[in-house]
Amino acid sequence: MAATPDGGALDTFPRLLMHHASVRGARPAVREKDLGIWQTRSWAEVAEETQALACGLAQLGFRRGDRLAIIGDNRPRLYGSMLAAQMLGGIPVPMYQDAVAAEMVFVLQDAGIHIAIVEDQEQVDKLMEIKDQCPELQHIIYDDPRGMRHYTQTFLSGFDEVVASGRIHKQNHPDFIAAEIAQGATEDISVMLYTSGTTGKPKGVCQTHRAFIAAARGGAEFDGLRDTDDILSYLPMAWVGDHLFSLAQAIFVGFTVNCPESGDTVMTDLREIGPTYYFAPPRVFENVLTQVMIRMEDAGSIKRKLFHYFMDVAKRCGAEILDRKPVAMKDRLLYALGNFVVYGPLRNVLGMSRIRVAYTAGAAIGPDLFRFYRSIGVNLKQLYGQTETCAYVCLQPDGQIKFDSVGMPAPGVEIKIADSGEILVKGPMLLKEYYKRPDATAESINADGYFMTGDAGFLDAEGHLKIIDRAKDVGKLSGGAMFAPNYIENKLKFFPYIKESVCFGHGRDMVCAFINIDMGAVGNWAERRHIAYSGYTDLACKPAVLDLIRDCIEQVNAELASDAMVADTQVHRFLVLHKELDPDDDELTRTRKVRRGFVAEKYAVLIDALYAGRESQFIETEVKFEDGRRGKVAADLVIRDAKTFAKATAMRAA
Amino acid sequence: MAREIGEVILDLRNISLRFGGVKALTDISFDVRDHEIRAIIGPNGAGKSSMLNVINGVYRPQEGEIVFHGEHRRDMDTHAAAAAGIARTFQNIALFKGMSVLDNLMTGRNLKMKAGFLQHALWWGPARREELEHRRKVEEVIDFLEIEHIRKTPVGRLPYGLQKRVELGRALAAEPKMLLLDEPMAGMNVEEKQDMCRFILDVNDQFGTTIVLIEHDMGVVMDISDRVVVLDYGKKIGDGAPDEVKNNPEVIAAYLGTQH
Repeated sequence: MAATPDGGALDTFPRLLMHHASVRGARPAVREKDLGIWQTRSWAEVAEETQALACGLAQLGFRRGDRLAIIGDNRPRLYGSMLAAQMLGGIPVPMYQDAVAAEMVFVLQDAGIHIAIVEDQEQVDKLMEIKDQCPELQHIIYDDPRGMRHYTQTFLSGFDEVVASGRIHKQNHPDFIAAEIAQGATEDISVMLYTSGTTGKPKGVCQTHRAFIAAARGGAEFDGLRDTDDILSYLPMAWVGDHLFSLAQAIFVGFTVNCPESGDTVMTDLREIGPTYYFAPPRVFENVLTQVMIRMEDAGSIKRKLFHYFMDVAKRCGAEILDRKPVAMKDRLLYALGNFVVYGPLRNVLGMSRIRVAYTAGAAIGPDLFRFYRSIGVNLKQLYGQTETCAYVCLQPDGQIKFDSVGMPAPGVEIKIADSGEILVKGPMLLKEYYKRPDATAESINADGYFMTGDAGFLDAEGHLKIIDRAKDVGKLSGGAMFAPNYIENKLKFFPYIKESVCFGHGRDMVCAFINIDMGAVGNWAERRHIAYSGYTDLACKPAVLDLIRDCIEQVNAELASDAMVADTQVHRFLVLHKELDPDDDELTRTRKVRRGFVAEKYAVLIDALYAGRESQFIETEVKFEDGRRGKVAADLVIRDAKTFAKATAMRAA
Repeated sequence: MAREIGEVILDLRNISLRFGGVKALTDISFDVRDHEIRAIIGPNGAGKSSMLNVINGVYRPQEGEIVFHGEHRRDMDTHAAAAAGIARTFQNIALFKGMSVLDNLMTGRNLKMKAGFLQHALWWGPARREELEHRRKVEEVIDFLEIEHIRKTPVGRLPYGLQKRVELGRALAAEPKMLLLDEPMAGMNVEEKQDMCRFILDVNDQFGTTIVLIEHDMGVVMDISDRVVVLDYGKKIGDGAPDEVKNNPEVIAAYLGTQH
């Protein structure tokens, strides 16, 4: 008890868990769909199993300060494993479950992992493949025993066995776990999250219990979260956003975490659970909107007209109504009618009927996309933060939503803009250090204790933070105009047909773009026009598809022309890539951000062709398939020009 | 391999089957052992599907004898075959296209339902308990085949490869002791074939189900089968372990043509 003078202070996650088990023991802590039925487990049950697991881990030799790798989809028991590690004063290290084996080697070695808890046979196989390269790895514990019958290796154990032996240990040493929990200090590292490594090797970000509890408390009080809230947890557990929402906030507030049946059933599960609190990166909101638009295109003409009519109404006044701003009576009535026939049913289909607060983060969201959700009555807000700040820097307050800002500094957070335009932050949620990287720690925190985010932005007159781009990505055209590639790419990506885009222009006389089409949306579009295609590459090369994309780009150019700041960065030339950018080919990070430098290098020949004014360019690219095989994709890519527009001021003068 | 191949459970002796003047099968004998994966291969029209139809009683051979679990019979009877735990899939998918995956799988439980028509119609008492129990079993199959995401999708809207998987699921829902698969991988791409192979091996391994399959993809057959029987023009021309069959000159001739 010496570590905590006041004994009962709820300043670590295991103490919070035990607190919930005693004050709301019978309330649901986690739900998981198993064999088609949602199975609920209460806080008391979760606490009991977590303690047993902790005892089991201790028997396997897990000690204070040890790191525990956790690999798998969002499963209640894997969240429990994080808490079990924390009970023993250890550090959970969640890892991206879709990473190929070779990518896991670095983290396993860097973190010096002795014990890994994994979801199933697939992950076990991956670890066994690389075990020789990770000599420190001594035990692998698997949750799902399916397919594991013939694995006789002694370093493998089933989750159930570990828990069962832990229960016996607990009976024999009833005070062991309580003493371990009491020894934990709020300054202990509670989790290590690896950065996705947009540049260079991933770094292990060490966060303390204090930091994550501060971030969880701030967010929970800001949005009035309560223990009756429901959240659907389906984003990678290794991502800071999921850790904040599904672990830190869930354990702080005591609300219910729901785990989907599998990655493919998320949409169905969302509808069945109807979460009240929701979190997704812009990509997910984009996909959902694309799906809706595809389905509307296929709907009958009456439905389609009804939909478009009321979507126009929503566009006009929906967001204002949500913000309780004054709106003309006629629009208000039309919106109420629209809510009845379109928005309500649409929210229901999307599983968003009960949402009180929805957040998006991880990348900038297109203003149009953002406006769409708010206009149909979903209280979607942005938050801004990074792994190093527990994903907690800025939040948008209800009723004060600006589409182009990420909101105001969150409670307890201090923001400063450096002379270079870089955003600097300070607060209780800052990282303790990068694991074994004092050099990187020193580089990222300046002398005054501010963390340097690497993002460029500014605070507007009312104190809202606006993000322009990654500081290092913002460049200049050779003519001197500021070039923020992300800004243009986000505008392009709002079109359902465009899945990803990469713009180039730094040090050049004009902006050119690579486009990735959205296979679902463009495929559907092509089918309706009776355009036959054999696969992605074939579809991407169709002249009609190029026309379609050119139209999208020209609309973006028209928008860009109307804003003097960015009018010079209209897209002059473009091509549609012959393959999808993929994390398996290192073109995207695991959180699906473009690795700009890598892409530019890999496709240098295409960039040259764009700027040399060539009409087409042959390219052959090696691709990695999911099962690790390699193949080649080749195509003759056609390069098109897009129409550009005169600056708005000039147009007015003319 | 923990799986142990047991006794002969099905012995086909001197089977001949004719349709009018057409001899589909001529004097064919082979056996199937408990827990094994037994492949039937041969060029088009060799009589492979007819052989499966003889095993589950759709066709009655004019000559020969079938010994099933020690019981001697002239021919099988479809109901008896199903009751004895023989389930099958078809070369051309035979699912209810308008019904959901879940409902299609439930039809696989048909034989195991005991409550009467009226009780089921009212969904009352034992019928209700029974249906919940069947649904549980079906959900296990859904979990096993990883088709949770299409549980409520009408089968007709699914791509071909998935329909094949659903058909396997329906056969599995009957908890068969012996599974007859008629070209389970026809028309599939490489990835779908790999998945299907894995499922077949898992069924065989985890549930100990005996499997008799017809397949054209030689790579698949040689990989997963324990023993292979080769038919050509209704006659047996080879029988044995994959390696033996591969080197059998008659088999090579049937597939590649003989040198004259």
